[in-house]
Amino acid sequence: MTANRMFTTVDDLAARIPDGATVAVPPDYSGTAMALTRALVRRGAHDLHLVAVPASGLQADMLVGAGCIGTLEVAAVTMGEFGLAPRFSAAVKAGLIKLKDATCPAIHAAIQAAEKGLPFTPLRGILGADLIDHRDDWKVIDNPFNDSGEADPIVLLPAIKPDVTIFHATLADRDGNVWIGRRRELMTMAHAARQTLVTVEAITDDNLLATDETAAGTIPALYVTAVAEAKQGAWPVGFLDEYPVDEAHMAEYMQMARTEEGFAEYVARYVTAEPAAAAAE
Amino acid sequence: MTTSTDFGREELLIVTVARLLEGCGHIAVGASSPIPGSAALLVRERSAGATKVSVLGSRKNNFFTNGGVELFDCAAQGRIDAFFLGGGQIDGQGNINLVGTGDYPTNQVRWPGCFGSSYLYFLVPRVILFREEHSRRVMVPKVDFISAPGTSPSNHYRPGGPHAMVTNLALFDFDKQKQRFRLVSVHPGHTAEEVADNTGFDYDQPENVPMTVGPDAETLALIRGPVAAEIAETYPRFAERVFPGAVAAA
Repeated sequence: MTANRMFTTVDDLAARIPDGATVAVPPDYSGTAMALTRALVRRGAHDLHLVAVPASGLQADMLVGAGCIGTLEVAAVTMGEFGLAPRFSAAVKAGLIKLKDATCPAIHAAIQAAEKGLPFTPLRGILGADLIDHRDDWKVIDNPFNDSGEADPIVLLPAIKPDVTIFHATLADRDGNVWIGRRRELMTMAHAARQTLVTVEAITDDNLLATDETAAGTIPALYVTAVAEAKQGAWPVGFLDEYPVDEAHMAEYMQMARTEEGFAEYVARYVTAEPAAAAAE
Repeated sequence: MTTSTDFGREELLIVTVARLLEGCGHIAVGASSPIPGSAALLVRERSAGATKVSVLGSRKNNFFTNGGVELFDCAAQGRIDAFFLGGGQIDGQGNINLVGTGDYPTNQVRWPGCFGSSYLYFLVPRVILFREEHSRRVMVPKVDFISAPGTSPSNHYRPGGPHAMVTNLALFDFDKQKQRFRLVSVHPGHTAEEVADNTGFDYDQPENVPMTVGPDAETLALIRGPVAAEIAETYPRFAERVFPGAVAAA
């Protein structure tokens, strides 16, 4: 049997993400592909348009700090209880990245529009928020189905069609089907993107589509471009029930990333040096 | 009903928020919200099954199985009666700022971002502004960035909005017609003058401002028993700190 060409290495996944690509990522509670993120930094990716669906943490902060990001489209960049995202804050203050601030459901809805092949989607709320003044790609129209006699303004959002969706998941099977459980935003993101690149904790010999028990929570390989096995692939971010956030490491990151020099040292220690460390295991 | 005098700051806030949630069918609680989460679970505990609670970040106390979008779809369907929002800045018109201070986009201090506020503030009927810090840097005359406005023109679709605000010092409600907060009560150990000194905007208040009533013994037992045990699933460190011993005993 010919080996399935969907399976590759983390660094190869990073090589498939071209500079300037629109890259969709999930929030930290869903499955953050941190090993792949470090590989992107190692490869010197730049001018990426990162779309957080709908928020990001260490992943966005690290990519911003390493100069990989041209445009950041987010509802929030949050390091949670560890404090304000240091490299993101510094880049905002210095005007180093183009910001497309959004609100969570706007990003979800725009990704869903792409999933349906639609050019745009309407969304309630937002009117009167300053967000709208800074988003020249959003429009407000009067609801054309309204017959109350009074204008009913509603926001229209253009679809977000990612070039690439990347995330970390628990399990893939030998056919490249990927199990995501209840993290359904990953399914929507895979549907919406041209390519979906996934890292997984493990690969199973069972076929995930064989029974309803696993099939209902599985992204079929039809929507998956390539898979790489990466044990602890979300580290130091926590990963569902598999492992908690590495608090000591996050505290170290927060300390080091306070300055540009400290961040460079962090990258040298934990990102650039990573392949050698992995090979030595 | 006797009021216990032996309660902590968090327990007072939990019971104060819980009173605002009476009668809700479904309460959703966002990230990093152990006190609102505890309040919601207290209401659920006393509701005999009438109140459902979805605590984001919880595996067990969370009805959402359709990804990150479900909270927002659920709100748009009118299935969420109460939600909590905060803000780095809150002004007297109920506008909230989760983006940062100074001029956007190169903010001097940048906070995480709007999250779902620019949507949920419009759609959830009882939005409770919960912000423990009550100071002039938070309670400002005018927010630097409107993540979500306190009120909207009458023709804007808006079934939701600010219902009340709870801080470390006091409880306010919000009058949508007057577009103003009203001081309802001041927490034990604080005064109306202290509230005024620490608030950067004008608000209404009664001639005699009552004191926020603490939990009675029965409520306190519920908070320290089943509520502490349930919130510990999502916020273990909060539960250990605020209810020492209670979680292990439950």
